[in-house]
Amino acid sequence: MNKNQRSPLFHIAKRGALSWYGAWAIRGGAVLLALICCGVITSLVTGEDPLAVYKAIFEGSFGSSRKIWVLLQNIAMLLCVSLAVTPAFRMRCWNLGAEGQALIGALASAACMILLADKLPSWAIILCMTVTSILAGAVWAGIPAFFKARFNTNETLFTLMMNYVATQLVSYYCVVWESPKGSGQIGIINPNSHLGWFPQIGSYKYLLNILIVAAVCVAMYVYLNYSKHGYEIAVVGESERTARYVGIKVDRVIVRTMLLSGAVCGLAGLLLVGSTNHTLTPTLVEGRGFTAVMVSWLAKFNPIWMILTSFLLVFLGRGAGEIATNFGLNSSFGDILTGVILFFIIGSEFFINYEIHFRKSGEGEG
Amino acid sequence: MFDLFTFLPRAVVQGIPLLLGSTGETLTEKSGNLNLGIPGIMYVGAISGVIGSFFYEQSTAAGGFRPLPAILIPVLCCLVGSLLMGLLYCFLTVTLRANQNVTGLALTTFGVGFGNFIGGSLIKLSGSELPSIILTATSNAFRTSFPFAEKLGVIGKLFFSYGFLAYLAVIIALVCSYVLNRTRTGLHLRAVGESPNTADAAGIDVGRYKYAATCLGSMVAGLGGLYYVMDYASGMWSNNAFGDRGWLAIALVIFTVWRPNIGVLASFLFGGLYIVHMYIPSGMNLAVKELYKMAPYVITIIVLVLTSMRNRRENQPPASLGLPYFREER
Repeated sequence: MNKNQRSPLFHIAKRGALSWYGAWAIRGGAVLLALICCGVITSLVTGEDPLAVYKAIFEGSFGSSRKIWVLLQNIAMLLCVSLAVTPAFRMRCWNLGAEGQALIGALASAACMILLADKLPSWAIILCMTVTSILAGAVWAGIPAFFKARFNTNETLFTLMMNYVATQLVSYYCVVWESPKGSGQIGIINPNSHLGWFPQIGSYKYLLNILIVAAVCVAMYVYLNYSKHGYEIAVVGESERTARYVGIKVDRVIVRTMLLSGAVCGLAGLLLVGSTNHTLTPTLVEGRGFTAVMVSWLAKFNPIWMILTSFLLVFLGRGAGEIATNFGLNSSFGDILTGVILFFIIGSEFFINYEIHFRKSGEGEG
Repeated sequence: MFDLFTFLPRAVVQGIPLLLGSTGETLTEKSGNLNLGIPGIMYVGAISGVIGSFFYEQSTAAGGFRPLPAILIPVLCCLVGSLLMGLLYCFLTVTLRANQNVTGLALTTFGVGFGNFIGGSLIKLSGSELPSIILTATSNAFRTSFPFAEKLGVIGKLFFSYGFLAYLAVIIALVCSYVLNRTRTGLHLRAVGESPNTADAAGIDVGRYKYAATCLGSMVAGLGGLYYVMDYASGMWSNNAFGDRGWLAIALVIFTVWRPNIGVLASFLFGGLYIVHMYIPSGMNLAVKELYKMAPYVITIIVLVLTSMRNRRENQPPASLGLPYFREER
């Protein structure tokens, strides 16, 4: 035996399975660490007491009943986009184009609101908006899916590029439909007639959105876990070869799943235009298409856990915004804090999936 | 009237940040890392350079400003800033084997936020009325071009009128191309990106190659951000001015089918496409300009589709692009 042979200090092995509470304990620990880290950073930058910082984070979301509603609305929209990308992700098809798909859905519904005003009654306009925006989103995701299925084109890069095509298309129509003339913006659409505006439930402006997204969430959970389609998606995601061997038509599953993914994105766009903002801008989706990737991934592609992860990200984002305004910092400070928190959570996944074995003393000396 | 001789130099200047970004990203992707954090890294590179030169200009406000340190300090700051971002990405994706897409997007969020935050704070510090920082002295140092450029007329304007970083960008791209295709190191790197298992079995240290390529790539991309601020924007930093150039750099990687030497000309083409809407007479119809801005992305998509349709082996993305490597995985 070679006496000089030494085993490394530690080695890494894949964990079999970690109980779900163990995994969430690790994630919770990571969030806690991240919050401490953020508090320290903020205190260093502002010279404020860390406790005041945490108080501000909390008040950013729960400070008033209006803030709570805004929080819920933001969670709903982020959740909707996250639900949309999830079926594709389960199939290991990286749909990074949720931003564009939602935007194109928003464009379709705005087009219905503007072009059909005064021609149809409001309920018919809403119907048209729903159909066209869901179709538009589906088509926008269907194009990359077709090429992925047919020629194995890289879907990550394709969907990423489609985002910017959508953004420019929206910019184009923003100028075409500008009002007032010369502003380069579409103001509030149909501000007086409220044609194509979704009905409010009571006095709660955002309640309808929240209910729709909750329904989509449950439906997606059932679809992914208890339907034949969901099973096929899971098999394709695990191994394409196995799927082909057992007779699943992989091409069809890819296209079908991406169409679904795009359709739900289109729905998100519809809700943004029809129910929340009543206007169209190139930045309407506010980067949710990218945040959704993280939400979905953090929840391990499980729709129910996604409620928690999207709450977490929205809560932190709004908290960081509150810190920025309270302590006179620039609003980008929120992005820094969100980034730091994400790094911690991303890093923590390692400790869930792998375990580290340290060299035992005496062993490895040869 | 479409003036070709004012358009072309502008297209080149517009293309250089894209060239640096895409060269960096190509290097990174060749090691199998799909770094979607490049837009963030370019922001950080730019703002790090701005921090360096801001304090240098402040400290020499009374006099004693010399061009050499004025160039070296921002370049060094930029390299360090983007290196740190690259290290963070590597630590998360290579050492901790995190998902590359998620890490990259988080890095972009962080980087853009960092850039705008520091930028905003510096603007406050400088107490200026405008929402921007202007570093004219440093920028002049960066923009110094060949003294004989003016005498040569059109040729001088087309080939010799740029700051040193532009030439450096072309040299980096050509060197990158040479190293990737003609040297043993490049062969090893490509092996790591194509099939890390095979590379590992052949005795190549996969982790080290991934770290080295990604960190170097980040530094090159960071220089792209620096070039944008110091040369293209004449030393003026304003928040969000950099725009979506980082994503365009990623598009350029696909467009060049992972070849930095093609990137030299392709980046000028992209630069031209990016600004062509300002030069095409469209009369009163402002909307059409927005459609012209779509061109680089549409062309990238077409190239992506065509390369996958022709399915030539040398034009494909690295086979293990985006996948983490774990030796014990089957």
